[in-house]
Parts: sequence; C-alpha cells; structure tokens
Amino acid sequence: MLCIYSMYSGIHISQTDARPMYLQIMEQIRARIAAGDWPPGKELPSIRALAAGLNVSVITIKRAYLDLETEGVIVTRHGKGSFVADVNGLAGELKQEQLAGHLEQAAEIGRLLGLTEDELAARLRRAQRNLEKKS
Amino acid sequence: MNDKHIEMRGVRKNFRFFTLDEVSLELEPGQIMGFVGPNGAGKSTTLRLMMGMITPDAGEIRVLGHEIPRAQAVAKRDIGFVSAEMRLLPHATLGWHMEFMRSIYPEWDGSYAATLVKRFNLRPAQNARSLSLGEHVKATLLLALARRPRLLILDEPTTGLDPVARHEVISELMDVLRDESRSILFSSHNTVDVERISDTITFIDRGRIVESGDKEQFLDRWRRIHVQLPPGATLPELPNIVKREADGHFITLITNQYSDGLKNLAGPHVTQVQRMNLEEIFVANVVYNRETRGQ
Repeated sequence: MLCIYSMYSGIHISQTDARPMYLQIMEQIRARIAAGDWPPGKELPSIRALAAGLNVSVITIKRAYLDLETEGVIVTRHGKGSFVADVNGLAGELKQEQLAGHLEQAAEIGRLLGLTEDELAARLRRAQRNLEKKS
Repeated sequence: MNDKHIEMRGVRKNFRFFTLDEVSLELEPGQIMGFVGPNGAGKSTTLRLMMGMITPDAGEIRVLGHEIPRAQAVAKRDIGFVSAEMRLLPHATLGWHMEFMRSIYPEWDGSYAATLVKRFNLRPAQNARSLSLGEHVKATLLLALARRPRLLILDEPTTGLDPVARHEVISELMDVLRDESRSILFSSHNTVDVERISDTITFIDRGRIVESGDKEQFLDRWRRIHVQLPPGATLPELPNIVKREADGHFITLITNQYSDGLKNLAGPHVTQVQRMNLEEIFVANVVYNRETRGQ
C-alpha cells in the first residue's frame, strides 16, 4: 500500500499506522503543546488550512480539534479560531484555591487546639523546613 | 440557506444490460465526496447524469441549485468536469487550450493557471499528442481548476498517475477546499486516496447506492471482533453482524454498528477489536449487500 506523507509544522500522518488519522493528529498537537513549542494562547492553524497542509479531509481535522477541545487542550472561540488553552493558568488558579482551602482548615484546627497566631505560623515554618530537608 | 451542491433523489436510468436505480445522494458546499465502487458499478453513469450528459428515466437531479438536465447550461458555468475519456486536441499545444478556455470562461484565472503549470511540471508549448498519460490527466485538471468552478466533478482523477503525480493532484484538490464555498465529488477505486481526503463517502455497487455518509462515522462503526471460545462455551447471538467466520474455537465477526455495548454482549472471550480501513469496509459492505439483495 502506498502511503502519502505530508508536512505541516512537522505533523505527519501515516496511513499504515493502525490508529485513526484524527488520533495521530491529536497526539502530535498535544506533544507540541507539552513541549512548549505551541505556548498557551497560540492560535492553531484553521481547520481548512491544516486540512490542505496535511492533505487530510476537513472532517478529520474537525474531529481532532473537537476532541482536543473536549479534553481542554485547546479552546475554540466561535468565528475567531482555535487556541492552545492556558492550562498552566488554569492549574495555577486551581492550586490557589486549594491552598486557601487548606490554610482555612489549618486555621480552624489551630483555633480548636488553642494555638496563637505566632504558634500556628511557627508550625507552618517547621513544616516548610521538614519539606526542605526531605527534598 | 445552505444550498446543497449536488442532490439526487431516486434516480433511475435503464440500459440494455445495466440499470442504475434508486440513486440518492447529497453533497454540501465545502466538502469532498469520494464516490467508490467496483468497475461497472455505475460511477461514471452517475457522474454523467449529474452533468446532464444523459437523461434519467426517473428521479430528480439538482446541481448547484439548478435542475438537471433542464438547466444544465447555467449549472455547467460553475462546474469543472474531468474524466479520463476527455481528450485534448492532439495537434494543439497546452498553451492553445489554456487560451481557448480563457476566451470562453470569464472566470479563468491566468495566474493560477501559470502556478498550476509549474506545480504540475507541464510545458505550455508542448503538443497534447506527446503528453504522457499522467501529464494528460494533469493538463485536463489544470484546465478545469483554473476556471475556479464552485463544483468539481472528477471521474477517476488519480487513476494511472504515478505516486508523485497523485500527490501533486491531491494537494491541489485539498487546496481548493480552503474555500468553504467550493466542493468536489470524485470517483475512484483507490480507497487510500478516498479514505484520506474525503469528508463523505458514497459506495455504489451494481447500479445501487450501498451506503452514503460521513467518513469518520464509517471508520468508527465498522470493526472486526476476534473471539477465542474456551471448550464448551458458545457465543451469544449478536446484533449488527455482517460477517461471521468460525474456525474451531476462533471466531471472527465483522460489525457495521460497533459500540461498547456490542463488545460487552460478545462476552469475556473477545481477544481483540480492530478498526478497519476503507478498503476492508468497502469489500465487506459490498459482499454483505450482495448477499442481502440475494445476488
């Protein structure tokens, strides 16, 4: 069987690969994002441009973009195109929320134990030093 | 309203030894449809009906919103039709043909034509008679493409082309689709090309449409399921199985409606579920349809 390889930003589609073409495209886009070559906010090629660049049907690229969007890897703004999602920003926000929650709990337990503000802060510093020793 | 570029409803055409019947299909703007069938299935006849070159005995045909064959003259201004049977005038040069097309079609895009001459490695000064098969195909495609028609109807555009020429042609077709108001219908028995570039696929066999639909769904729905039964065990009756082969404890099933539910129904003895490529789907589909039609 003959196989056509095309290039678009180094993305390759192999028709002898057992995986469907849309999965091959998704995987290579994910790899580019993970490696930082495609930073958050970067605009992805339009569906039709990528289809023409890879010589792959529009419907296949649409499917790949749709699934990447469901995974939260890219964001599609209607009429504006698709962009690499700001995963770090999102993760950072989540961590901030997590920290606030834990601190609140610590404050609550400290109050139950009758610790003063300074005592609680000292315990936090001790925990930080323990973590430093471990790493 | 988003008008369909091609609409065929219940089209029939009788010949002495062949009947095309109940042909219905639709092509949306911005899409490529691959039209697949064995030799003699009725692919070229269907395309000729769309072009108004032959008149149907029953059914309706609309192309770019125009009724065919009645309004074919208007429709054809915006259709590029290429078939392997088309012959350029043997003693005229490619350049003469390009000039001829420019004089007839006001939409002729001279700079695009020049680009295509380069991309296809053609020489305008060359006589048509001395073109190789591949060059002849590329020349007829060039003459159709440079008119920038909204609809391209291509009968076996990649047949007889070497791999490099095929790649050049396919790239050019995909380039056309950057514009979402344009569309392509191409017939082929090269399922590799069809699988790669089509948005929708229509299978035809013995004058009937076997199936027509979204390519991704085709590839998702059809699966081969391998089962290895332990001694004494039996496989439950399963729905949507189009083919079943048993060899001792080993059973191979082909389904055209795969789902996780089906896999669960098949039970714990399933050893492997494989996707199928378009060629395998096409053959299984045609064989299944011939069986169910009792042929």
